[in-house]
Amino acid sequence: MVTVRDLPLEEYWLPGNASCPGCPASLGLRMLTKALGNRFILVVPACCSTIIQGPYPKTAANFPILNIAFAASAAAAAGVAGALEFQGKSDIPVVVWAGDGGTADIGIQALSGVAERGDNIIYICYDNEAYMNTGIQRSGATPYGAWTTTTWTGKKEFKKDVPMIMAAHNIPYVATACVSYPIDFVQKIQKASKMKGTKYIHLLAPCPPGWRFPSSKTIEVGRLAVQTGTWVLFEIEYGVFKLTGPSRALIDKSKRKPIREYLKLQDRFARMSDEDVEKLQKFIDSQWEHYKLLMETSKGMK
Amino acid sequence: MAVGKVLTGNYAVAEAVRLSRAQVISAYPITPQTTIIERLARFVETGQLKAKFVRVESEHSAMAACIGASAAGARVFTATSSHGLLYMSEMVWWAGMGRYPMVMAVVTRAIAPPWSIWSEHNDALAHRDCGWIIYFAEDNQEALDYVIQAYRVTEDERVLQPVMVTLDAFILSHTYAPVFMPEQSDVDSYLPPPGSRKLPYRLDVDNPVTHGNLMYPDRLMEFRYQIQRAMNNAKQVIVEAGRKYGRISGRYYESLIETYKCSDANTAIISIGSSAGDAKDAVDFLRNEGYKIGFIKLRVIRPFPVEELREICSGMKVVGVVDRNVSYGLGGIIHGEVKTSLKGVKTTVQSFIAGLGGRDIRVEDFIQVGKTICEMADKGLEEQPPIWVNLKREVIP
Repeated sequence: MVTVRDLPLEEYWLPGNASCPGCPASLGLRMLTKALGNRFILVVPACCSTIIQGPYPKTAANFPILNIAFAASAAAAAGVAGALEFQGKSDIPVVVWAGDGGTADIGIQALSGVAERGDNIIYICYDNEAYMNTGIQRSGATPYGAWTTTTWTGKKEFKKDVPMIMAAHNIPYVATACVSYPIDFVQKIQKASKMKGTKYIHLLAPCPPGWRFPSSKTIEVGRLAVQTGTWVLFEIEYGVFKLTGPSRALIDKSKRKPIREYLKLQDRFARMSDEDVEKLQKFIDSQWEHYKLLMETSKGMK
Repeated sequence: MAVGKVLTGNYAVAEAVRLSRAQVISAYPITPQTTIIERLARFVETGQLKAKFVRVESEHSAMAACIGASAAGARVFTATSSHGLLYMSEMVWWAGMGRYPMVMAVVTRAIAPPWSIWSEHNDALAHRDCGWIIYFAEDNQEALDYVIQAYRVTEDERVLQPVMVTLDAFILSHTYAPVFMPEQSDVDSYLPPPGSRKLPYRLDVDNPVTHGNLMYPDRLMEFRYQIQRAMNNAKQVIVEAGRKYGRISGRYYESLIETYKCSDANTAIISIGSSAGDAKDAVDFLRNEGYKIGFIKLRVIRPFPVEELREICSGMKVVGVVDRNVSYGLGGIIHGEVKTSLKGVKTTVQSFIAGLGGRDIRVEDFIQVGKTICEMADKGLEEQPPIWVNLKREVIP
């Protein structure tokens, strides 16, 4: 069990970077360095973090970064890992840091290829639930009902379940996390870094400008995502499903806050009708039923 | 002692990659390239080549993996063709603009529709502007020789640009021919130890750098200029690499072009790739008939051999460029580039389109080309629109 006191004081994700106020990607990157220090190689496709690093000749990262094209991050990381393996340096983690568009949509082919082959990388999707860098367009990871600049009346489809897609690849480790629960996230990164093969972590990243909430409320929105059960913290280690952190108690539906408490903080959901909210609530409840089944089938597995 | 073997062009490429000790290979199958990576996979699995083979799910990922491996300092290889090259095109640009040393074999093949698996040069030539050095092999021997030389060129600190070695579909890729292979020890002495290059921008946790982050207009032009400078430097480095290669193989490649019977010629045929042999046969035939004609093969089309062409063509009245490609709405791509290179030189440059979709460019076709340009020279005729060689007009609606 890691506590805040165990985390290094050194900062490798430096202040003065180009993120928006309240940016969850910047928070997440800092947590990544708290988990791994500076001895890892980061691969970044087109996403907000392309910009957040800061423009040449400066960088906010005191660790090596390979920026790469949108669809290519998983494969590029496999190439880096292949070279490190050849050089006998497989102890250096190769980490992808990609947005939800670069993961659920354009990058999923390369990601699936990496997972099928078991290339030795950690893939982290920071999920702000739309193409934020290009100005809030809907992605496969945008939730039902959400306004974006390409879904003016709210998205009509449900969020693509990338963690379960990755679990279906039978990789050693799949986990979800949320920037509002840094210790949970750090522990998952550290666990992943000690495993061989492809590891996948899906980080919910509430985005103030994209989700339309004040920049002081990133952590609060993330907490409500978890407390309402809209976002679920879990890990699947060698096929064994386990809820983690505050999500553990929420298997009991009565402990979960109504999703309306989460939705009402964000203007992107302001146009949702009562029926829409109910439809989303049902979708989320059905996902919890699925997690219940996974917990039961995981009993007795090692 | 060199070892003589009978190999297809594709196997010759695979042998060259083995001799060059590539460390990371990433590729995806496509006809007619596939036998290159089949052979390499076998080399890796039988321990004949110590390398990491990343068996990716697409060409886009193949080039991405090559970029990642090159960025981390490994000696890298991939191979593709036609649609594979187009599918990876975004990453081909990334490798060129990011200046990642690597070697890629491209088996030239027509682009669909309609489906065709035979040779045409539009696939490789679509990538002439993206910072890659591009060799065109005439035969299987050149395919092997160019791949080995390409590693020396791409890793030279004056260059540090990726290199493409092309060979024509089936005519070379699947046709067996005698190939002389240098000894491993000779290749080891010719190439720097793999992975030894010290790049200022290698991914390294002890010396962290960021590759490819945002750059504003006040800096980007200077980076582009350095690519242009590297490509200019490459001309000399390619010649040096070709000359030094002669010392281990007996085969010297001392220019970006090869000339055949050009010294007293007042006309010449110009082409690239596998048709060069037929063009030389045609020149022999025409010489016997009294025509003062020669042949010029461009070994390398990026960097483009401008000075070499200006020198050899300066006394000639007409040159005929035979393109196995078309830039639709203009004409042959190499024709346009030759014409640009010969600006100010009083030589008429005539365009011929031939061999599209793998149609044979026969010796008699080159004879016809030769007679046409000789007639133009004799009569002082102006350049005509592109002439389509051996075109079956009767089947065109």
